[in-house]
Amino acid sequence: MGVNHPDRSAAREGADGRARIDIAGLTKRYLTPKGETFTAIRDVTLAVEPGQFCSIVGPTGCGKSTTLAQVSGLERPSAGGVRVGANIVDGITDGVSYMFQADALFPWKSVLNNVMMGPILLGTPKKEATVLALDWLRRVGLAGFEDRYPHQLSGGMRKRVAMAAALINNPRILLMDEPFGALDVQTKAIMQNELLKLWEDLRPTVLFITHDLDEAVALSDRVVIMTTSPGTVKDVFDIDLPRPRGNVQQIRHESRFLELQEQIWESLKDEVTRAYARTAGAA
Amino acid sequence: MTTLAQGSAQSGAPKTEESAAQIAARGRQASQRRQILIWVGRVLLAVVIIGGWQLCTNLKPDGKHPLVDPFFFGMPSQIWDSLVTLFTNTEDASFGSIWENIWVTGQEAILGFLLGTVAGIVLGLLLGSNRYLSSVVGPYIRIVNSIPRIILGSIFIVAFGLGTFPKVLLAAVLVFFVVFFNAFQGVREVDQNLVANVRVLGASPLQVAIHVTIPSAMTWIIASLHTAFGFAIIGALVAEVLGAQQGLGLIISQAQGKFDPDTVFACMIIIAVITLLAEYLIGLLEHSLLKWRPPNKSEAQSI
Repeated sequence: MGVNHPDRSAAREGADGRARIDIAGLTKRYLTPKGETFTAIRDVTLAVEPGQFCSIVGPTGCGKSTTLAQVSGLERPSAGGVRVGANIVDGITDGVSYMFQADALFPWKSVLNNVMMGPILLGTPKKEATVLALDWLRRVGLAGFEDRYPHQLSGGMRKRVAMAAALINNPRILLMDEPFGALDVQTKAIMQNELLKLWEDLRPTVLFITHDLDEAVALSDRVVIMTTSPGTVKDVFDIDLPRPRGNVQQIRHESRFLELQEQIWESLKDEVTRAYARTAGAA
Repeated sequence: MTTLAQGSAQSGAPKTEESAAQIAARGRQASQRRQILIWVGRVLLAVVIIGGWQLCTNLKPDGKHPLVDPFFFGMPSQIWDSLVTLFTNTEDASFGSIWENIWVTGQEAILGFLLGTVAGIVLGLLLGSNRYLSSVVGPYIRIVNSIPRIILGSIFIVAFGLGTFPKVLLAAVLVFFVVFFNAFQGVREVDQNLVANVRVLGASPLQVAIHVTIPSAMTWIIASLHTAFGFAIIGALVAEVLGAQQGLGLIISQAQGKFDPDTVFACMIIIAVITLLAEYLIGLLEHSLLKWRPPNKSEAQSI
């Protein structure tokens, strides 16, 4: 990598601790339109080492996305706090990129202009940003598609564009909110491999939300299980599968993978049944 | 086995190629035939309506009174005559040639359209992106919107006289609400993921507006412009009918006073041509501004 960001990557290596995420006693309450308070997450405490790939798994509506929003600084916590590197998050955290399940691409901008947004917003001259964006499009295998509009691409290609747009600024932290949730199984596997390859190049700290336990185990160094709402951390599992992981589809058949997956499922199962019972009871 | 397959493929190949060309030709023919049928239908419809009108105003079943009285409802041939008179007879007209009057009305409509559109977009974007402001101002806008705005024309004429300005103002007021509500809704419909994404990338509120809010609301705003220009013409005409020294509205109200429905119909035709022309220009603008949009399915089917 160093080719694109010699200055920035050097700075990062010098201060590796800047990419550490410390979440301590994080609580977030929302005010419903009727004026009632709703606690989305309660007392979440979690640490992610610099360059670590950490997944958060939990039942629907347990506050996974809320946790991510606090880390990015898009929202302010009600209690507790998030520390990125040495700084307490207060406003938008710099050096963070976000990837959503719905691809947050500008439908009115061409693929090239979409990828260029990151550097442009940082004040990079247009010429340099174009060169950088073209290089990134090549890296995600979309050379020759610069002038297309997002609606002209397939779901997988749009994900690649979103990935290039998220990584072009060489973020120290990458927040991913079920990024591959809407893809078909084959495309999902391809995108997971691509993501791992790019992550191994750049090594940002990743917080990855997913419902897919297989995905979490295959990609991560650490899997965090959250309880049903109000969400809090239930268990943390370290995944000791060797890196580089190689093909995500093949790793699924290894015995260590299955062992870990079973352990984690034991922990997750109760929460899922409880969440389900609650929605079934409410309905 | 293989030779057999090859043999059949060889003998079959030219045949299928030929038929592919034939299929293409037949497809073209079918679509041409459909186009011709559509145009035949269109012309027939016009002939039936206009011809029927002409016939009913000419036909006298009892030998004395026509089926439909042309004194009240006009007659296509006479409408054509008065249209020709409007354009050729310049000495007789007390308020200038028809071109001057078209220009006056057109100018009022265009100025009103621009004024109303700009005000609508600015206020719509402002209120749409500020929840507090919209909660405070919202009820008042709804109150003003519920007033029949044509009545404002009377007030404007009393206040600003018979010149161009009150007409521009009435047209602008009519246009404003159409554009305003669309711009407002457009801002509300902005994809929040997109906003979150650029904010995380470090965009300032101004950059969020330039890169996300305004382009996103543009779809809604442009859609409103089609109806808005129609309203601009209505505003200008109504204000002219209420009181003016020049303009198509004045010609219409004078013709009404002289019991001359043919001239009123002739003016209607002129206005329809102006509106269609404006519609076409707005369509061009829409096409160039929104070329990123996926082709609309219903549009493709309606060809």
